[in-house]
Amino acid sequence: MATGTGDLGPPQRSVASRLNWNDPSFRAILYQIIVLGLVALTVWYLVSNLQANLKSRNIATGFGFLGLEAGFGISESLIEYSPASTYGRAVFVGILNTLRVAVIGIILATILGTIIGVLRLSKNWLISKVCSAYVETLRNLPLLLQLFFWYAIITETLPSARQALNPLPGIFLSQRGINFPVPAFGIAFDLILIGVALGLIGAVAFRIWAQKRQDRTGQQSPVLLVAAGLIFGMPLLGWLLGGAPTEMSVPELRGFNFRGGASLSPEFAALLIGLIAYTAAFIAEIVRSGILAVTHGQTEAALALGLTRGQTLRLVVLPQALRVIVPPMTSQYLNITKNSSLAVAIGYPDVVSIANTAINQTGQAIEGIALIMAVYLSISLGISLFMNWYNKHIALVER
Amino acid sequence: MKEIRIAAMVAAALAVSAPAFAGATLDAVKQRGFVTCGVSTGVAGFSNPDSAGKWTGIDVDNCRAIAAALFGDAEKVKLVPTTAQQRFTALQSGEVDVLTRNTTQTLQRDTALGFNAAGVNFYDGQGFMVPKKLGVKSAKELAGATVCVQPGTTTELNLADYFRANRMEFKPVVIEKLDEVIAAFFSGRCDVFTTDASQLASVRATRTQNPDDYVILPELISKEPLGPVVRHGDDQWFDVVKWSLIAMIEAEELGITSKNVDEMAKSTNPNIQRFLGVTPGMGKALGVDEKWAYNIVKQVGNYGESFERNLGRSTPIKLERGKNALWTNGGLMYALPIR
Repeated sequence: MATGTGDLGPPQRSVASRLNWNDPSFRAILYQIIVLGLVALTVWYLVSNLQANLKSRNIATGFGFLGLEAGFGISESLIEYSPASTYGRAVFVGILNTLRVAVIGIILATILGTIIGVLRLSKNWLISKVCSAYVETLRNLPLLLQLFFWYAIITETLPSARQALNPLPGIFLSQRGINFPVPAFGIAFDLILIGVALGLIGAVAFRIWAQKRQDRTGQQSPVLLVAAGLIFGMPLLGWLLGGAPTEMSVPELRGFNFRGGASLSPEFAALLIGLIAYTAAFIAEIVRSGILAVTHGQTEAALALGLTRGQTLRLVVLPQALRVIVPPMTSQYLNITKNSSLAVAIGYPDVVSIANTAINQTGQAIEGIALIMAVYLSISLGISLFMNWYNKHIALVER
Repeated sequence: MKEIRIAAMVAAALAVSAPAFAGATLDAVKQRGFVTCGVSTGVAGFSNPDSAGKWTGIDVDNCRAIAAALFGDAEKVKLVPTTAQQRFTALQSGEVDVLTRNTTQTLQRDTALGFNAAGVNFYDGQGFMVPKKLGVKSAKELAGATVCVQPGTTTELNLADYFRANRMEFKPVVIEKLDEVIAAFFSGRCDVFTTDASQLASVRATRTQNPDDYVILPELISKEPLGPVVRHGDDQWFDVVKWSLIAMIEAEELGITSKNVDEMAKSTNPNIQRFLGVTPGMGKALGVDEKWAYNIVKQVGNYGESFERNLGRSTPIKLERGKNALWTNGGLMYALPIR
């Protein structure tokens, strides 16, 4: 077979030589095909097996059950729910409850962990040792044990609802949780929320403008003061526009329970405290390692330039430390989310707890487990995506 | 963790050999040489390990009766403690052969879950227990109460139904492990603990410092027929489970006890002769040894003996026979004819 490339081209290999067992690249491809084939075969076997078994035992299948009436109660819900609602809605209540504890947990654990991590580096012997002890104790005890501990503390030490502690007027502390008054403002409440949003946007916009101005003219602006003014002023304006209402919905013991106001249940509190305390110990170590990763020369140089200690930390050390901190932090955030499924043990109605109940009432374990996996996968991938984006973002401002 | 456990069972269900021929369960049990029964994680009187680790209770007796019928030896059992949530997956996936675990029989479970109910070994009803100091006299006064309940039970559904029907509100505290949910109730986290009345009596008798500090309210809000449950797919196995329980009840009807069974074997009553295998036929029809019923009575006892030993007046639980007395004594226990 003569070709135009002639004798300059690579030697043409026949089909036979390409399928040669002695060719390493051929072998590599063959192995991969075999492995893929085995995996596919296993999956096919398991699925067909499952279908045959389900059919032979007349077990119901499919996600149709999500539209049926659930018939069981859920103790706390961010949306309207009653036993007459559907399984689908019940699971959605569970997802919201999981997100609620995960989001609040992530924020508070980050704050607490950062404080402890920084304080562990303190020159003050007592403070640094207390923080070391905290980290070493909390992160070495199983989380489940800690959850039982916090739950027992709350339910065993607090008084019953009828003898509720009343530390401040309107606030009640009992085995039913913390009941506290909330504003019953009606339309003004919406205006206040709009005010908060506008205030935040305004504060960010002002900071960007101030930064540009400083780059251009070198003049600094009182960013903190203006931002605080906007963030507190706008909601105040909204409140005034709404007619300055002062009505409050105050909890009041009627019958067995408190009516009115809002409450945090002992289950939620125990789970949240447990997750925060546990994860903060890990975050503290991540923050400490991040700060230690910035060479001391950077601090000395910053101080030599006349920056204060606070400015050095904020402008020189933290931006560089963040590059080290953010990637491991992502896995801690994922951990909080996944660990929240331990809620089952202390009765907080998270998505696992509710899906488990649904599984048991309908007998559709496979659909239920698939649902739980899909929910955690979505939440975890969401967190990962966000954190990766943030990681890129801070990598760009690196100098 | 539990969800991992359930996931593992799902995986096990996936891997169970595909063709589920009739007779598969019975053959597997025979080959293995012992019966695997799903029991509760510990309800005194039904299935509960004693201080020596030996399991006792009427559900355990039910399981032992099946082993006695099948192998002639009541000890050839393996008891697998399951929570309310794990039990059905355990049965579906084949981890246990039969649930003898105070399980309520319902249409949904008989159909959509793929089970068959093999008789009733305890007629129960759902009740409420409250601390005496609350001063509650009736379940109708429970509006707004916080109620401790286990998930995945008919109890959880009946509770919601009852409060809905009576236009009352309630807050459920749903905890899976019996120990934990009881602890939550005793600590005062809940005003009310609800489950089957027999279990309330059992908890009150065995888990409280002073049983008189708690009252069980008079209302029973549901029917809870408890009994052994098997999965679809093996009718012969279903027969063995079903008639093992009936044999215990029939023995009580015939007045045969573990003490007098050898004496009774000499009886000329054709019913008794058939029952104890003196006249052969019954064992062959069931596919077990002709001495099957004799072995059950000899090694486990009749239903009445089992009840008195585990739940009756001589036990801390002190339950009356009530609905669980023989039909001849005004109860509901009625053995189908063994002939």
